[in-house]
Amino acid sequence: MTPATTPETAPAPTPASAPVLDVRDLGVSFGDVPAVRGVSFEVRPGEVLGVVGESGSGKSVTASAIMGLLPSSARVSGSVRLHGRELVGARDKELNALRGRAMSMVFQDPLSALTPVYRVGDQIAEAVRVHQRVTKEQALVKAVSLLDLVGIPHPAERALAFPHEFSGGMRQRAMIAMAIANDPDLVICDEPTTALDVTIQAQVLEVLKKARDETGAAIIMITHDLGVVAGLADRVLVMYAGRPVEVGTVDDVYYRPRMPYTVGLLRSIPRVDRGAQRRLEPIEGSPPSPAALPPGCPFAPRCPLHVAACDEAEPPLFETGPGHLAACIRWEDEAASEAGEEPRSPEETEAAEEPEAAEEAEEAGEAEEAGEAEKAAVPRGEPVLRVEGLVKDYPLLRGAVFKRRVGTVHAVAGIDFTIREGETLGLVGESGCGKTTTLLEILELARPQRGRVVVFGHDTARLGPAERMAIRRDMQVVFQDPLASLDPRMTVHDVVAEPLRTHGLRDTGRRVAELLTLVGLEPAHAERYPQDFSGGQRQRVGIARALALEPRLLVLDEPVSALDVSIQAGVINLLAALKARLGLSYLFVAHDLAVVRHIADRVAVMYLGRIAEIGSVDAIYDAPAHPYTQALLSAIPLPDPARERSRRRILLEGDLPSPADPPSGCRFRTRCPKFRTVLTEDERVLCVEAEPDVLPVGEPAGDQGAACHYAEKLDVVQPRRNSR
Amino acid sequence: MAGFLARRLLNYVVLVAVAASLAYMLAATALDPRSNYADRTPKPPPAVIDAQLTALNLNDQVPLLERYAVWAGGVLHGDLGKSVTGSPVNDDIARRAGVTFRLVLLGMIVGSVGGVLLGALAAVRQYGWFDRVSTGLSFAVLAVPVVVLANMLILFATWVNDRLGTQVFLVSGEYTGGLDTGFWGSAVDRIQHLVLPTVSLSLALVAVFSRYQRNMMLDVLGADFVRTARAKGLSRRAALTRHALRTALVPVMTYFAFTFGALLTGATFTEKIFGWHGLGEQLINSIFTNDVNTVAAIALLAAVAVLCASLASDLLHAALDPRVRAG
Repeated sequence: MTPATTPETAPAPTPASAPVLDVRDLGVSFGDVPAVRGVSFEVRPGEVLGVVGESGSGKSVTASAIMGLLPSSARVSGSVRLHGRELVGARDKELNALRGRAMSMVFQDPLSALTPVYRVGDQIAEAVRVHQRVTKEQALVKAVSLLDLVGIPHPAERALAFPHEFSGGMRQRAMIAMAIANDPDLVICDEPTTALDVTIQAQVLEVLKKARDETGAAIIMITHDLGVVAGLADRVLVMYAGRPVEVGTVDDVYYRPRMPYTVGLLRSIPRVDRGAQRRLEPIEGSPPSPAALPPGCPFAPRCPLHVAACDEAEPPLFETGPGHLAACIRWEDEAASEAGEEPRSPEETEAAEEPEAAEEAEEAGEAEEAGEAEKAAVPRGEPVLRVEGLVKDYPLLRGAVFKRRVGTVHAVAGIDFTIREGETLGLVGESGCGKTTTLLEILELARPQRGRVVVFGHDTARLGPAERMAIRRDMQVVFQDPLASLDPRMTVHDVVAEPLRTHGLRDTGRRVAELLTLVGLEPAHAERYPQDFSGGQRQRVGIARALALEPRLLVLDEPVSALDVSIQAGVINLLAALKARLGLSYLFVAHDLAVVRHIADRVAVMYLGRIAEIGSVDAIYDAPAHPYTQALLSAIPLPDPARERSRRRILLEGDLPSPADPPSGCRFRTRCPKFRTVLTEDERVLCVEAEPDVLPVGEPAGDQGAACHYAEKLDVVQPRRNSR
Repeated sequence: MAGFLARRLLNYVVLVAVAASLAYMLAATALDPRSNYADRTPKPPPAVIDAQLTALNLNDQVPLLERYAVWAGGVLHGDLGKSVTGSPVNDDIARRAGVTFRLVLLGMIVGSVGGVLLGALAAVRQYGWFDRVSTGLSFAVLAVPVVVLANMLILFATWVNDRLGTQVFLVSGEYTGGLDTGFWGSAVDRIQHLVLPTVSLSLALVAVFSRYQRNMMLDVLGADFVRTARAKGLSRRAALTRHALRTALVPVMTYFAFTFGALLTGATFTEKIFGWHGLGEQLINSIFTNDVNTVAAIALLAAVAVLCASLASDLLHAALDPRVRAG
């Protein structure tokens, strides 16, 4: 049953090594509001501790408290010992000597974490010079070698660049270089990859591993993404409502969770390795406000195992196994129920160890999948949206008084796709790939710059104002940020009724109540304002508004990316249910491929304004044929430690080229692993000279198409089946 | 960068030409130099007046465009024309520009440096006593017109002088005429004259700059890069000055350049009250004496000053902020 572990992830800590950091009963409060309560943990040299929790769970505050960087309004209690030295209440001068030397930090947002007016090299050199008595030149030399270490090409030149000349991933590398400049014993990473695209995230996580190996530092990895921690951490601490609710080795927490919150979190994450066949299980309700915690266990109101005793007192951390603690009075019941009904995870662990047996099982499954994929390929209904050769350029202007065109941003460079009735097309890609531009072009219902957009059989280039208005009724949109897209001065009733009134309906009361019930909100709450609702509820209001006119096509722009995982699952399930019930078609734009796998029937992967690969979800996720799709899928971390550790990632080099100056021929060739390593010199000529079109791949030419001269199916999510 | 500057400069030359031409036309139409001769006793014969006005290029019977052409031609050769009294405008303006420059320079430096320090300190201790007091005083100063402020300063200075029994503060002019006390003596004398107008100029500037700097600083104080600087191990003071203040200074410095340009002709009240014979004072005087050429010259100078300041502000911005340098 025990999964294979690599040496550095051995769960049993050697008792000889004293902890680098020992946190005991740490508490932080702002005024009367407790943000962090009773946090205790220790980290040993070279160990990676993952701290996982949703927004507001107190994980970032814990990090700032350890670094002593909280604002002066915060009150800190308890004890934080670094190498046995007490940090809570220590004088600022002492802390200054430790910060950046014994412990350092990598922050979430690489865009704002570097001072804009100084050169990157100087900022790293400054970190060196604060703690070491070296000359400016020596510090700069050190900075350049650090930049080299974190994988910045041409480090000596790039050290002279300013932060705005670095891409997000490069800035985060520079931050890591700064954090390890003085060989610290502890590096705290606060959501270091949250602001980055998945392929860049994979690069940065590699750099972090390298930095850990190089310095031997302990790492505290704070994240909301259970996948990121799975492959990296040795132990995991799950936080909820400002307090740790489960602590243990990564395998214990992922395969044998004892706290219902952890169980719920793991079940609610969409995964790239599992499709819509498995319904996500959202956690009911939303996290409590730290100012108004419920009596007893803070998770009790959302807990499926809730009993009366849960409300009496906040449960302490029970020892549920060696080195495994969980704050639940019913942890034994959780253990029993898992043994009974949830044999999935251990089975998979076994599968990882026995590749041959798994392969057989998989092949059987594949035959079924292939059958399904073929079914999906059969046209099921009338096309509701057809996009042909859509092009959108933006001029690149310069000059204050006399604007001159100095270039063209090819945001969308000729894409084709079709959505049929009752179908969901997921449009995925990293930031800057043109997915939002595509969506805006479709929503505009005007003649595109080039190409055709056909909505419900009407070419948008030939629409009159009245027809356009009629089509808008049938095509509605849901936006990314649920708060920004709702007028704060309108009640929910007014928000949902507005499209009805616009299209001439007078009596809106009954319909609004119907709609609110449909999206799972109380009709009685119609008189409240958007700010009275939680994020997930606001997004439901946005969906209700979109549904008001009984549209046939819903355009969704990253509808769940602003939501926490436990809430996100509920909204995804709602969208799936609505589609089945109302026969809707969705154009679902997202950067998160796992979410798309759960909701979409077909998926189109975009890269630099072109479609790289398109096809049914199962075909693309199980056997992607385009090297970019393969890299993208392999970059997504799975919340499954054993599998994560044994997976081989396809790492892309460098950053997205500028859409103002795309590479000749195939746009992906500059980063393509196949181009670099597999193809011969002669084969490469085609990639450089000819831009590939989306052509069908696979033997029975099905639905799947890839824009690659050398497309070849390859499974990257399940590592045990390599190329066929 | 050089190309960018060349284009900017070209734009500015066009703008200056337009502004100065409009100012000349307005002055030449609105002002009536002929009326200067009406009060003279004995009243000169019309032919003499005409001849004199024509000699000064001020005759309203000559078509406006013709007068303008003569004036513009002179300006292109560096000649700003003659005043109503027949003296060359060039000499007068050059002398007065020097006076104004000496007056404004110190006030500007004291005002902006003081304002920046005050604002930055207030922001660092937001809602502390220092922040509250400086905010209150700034708004009080902003609410009081310069005229009142300057006269209050004069009253205060004479009170101090009376109390001490010696003339510490001198309230009128740039220096005492006919003083024979060597270099150091006249330097002290000049400083005694300079203190009050400088204070009166800089008080208002301190008030404005401190508000501006405080807001900029507050924006930056919560920024992630200040936290990064602290996480490196920099002390609070070092992080605030080297990272926060340095970044927050960028927009304030560009504002500084603009204010300087505007003040060269905008310190009128201060010049008048403290008896400094500068450009602002002359502008008022020349309007009263229907001195078209002087008015036009000062307008031209004001346009040049503002646009030079704008150019300086662009250069400063580029020097301070690498983000705008690209291109």
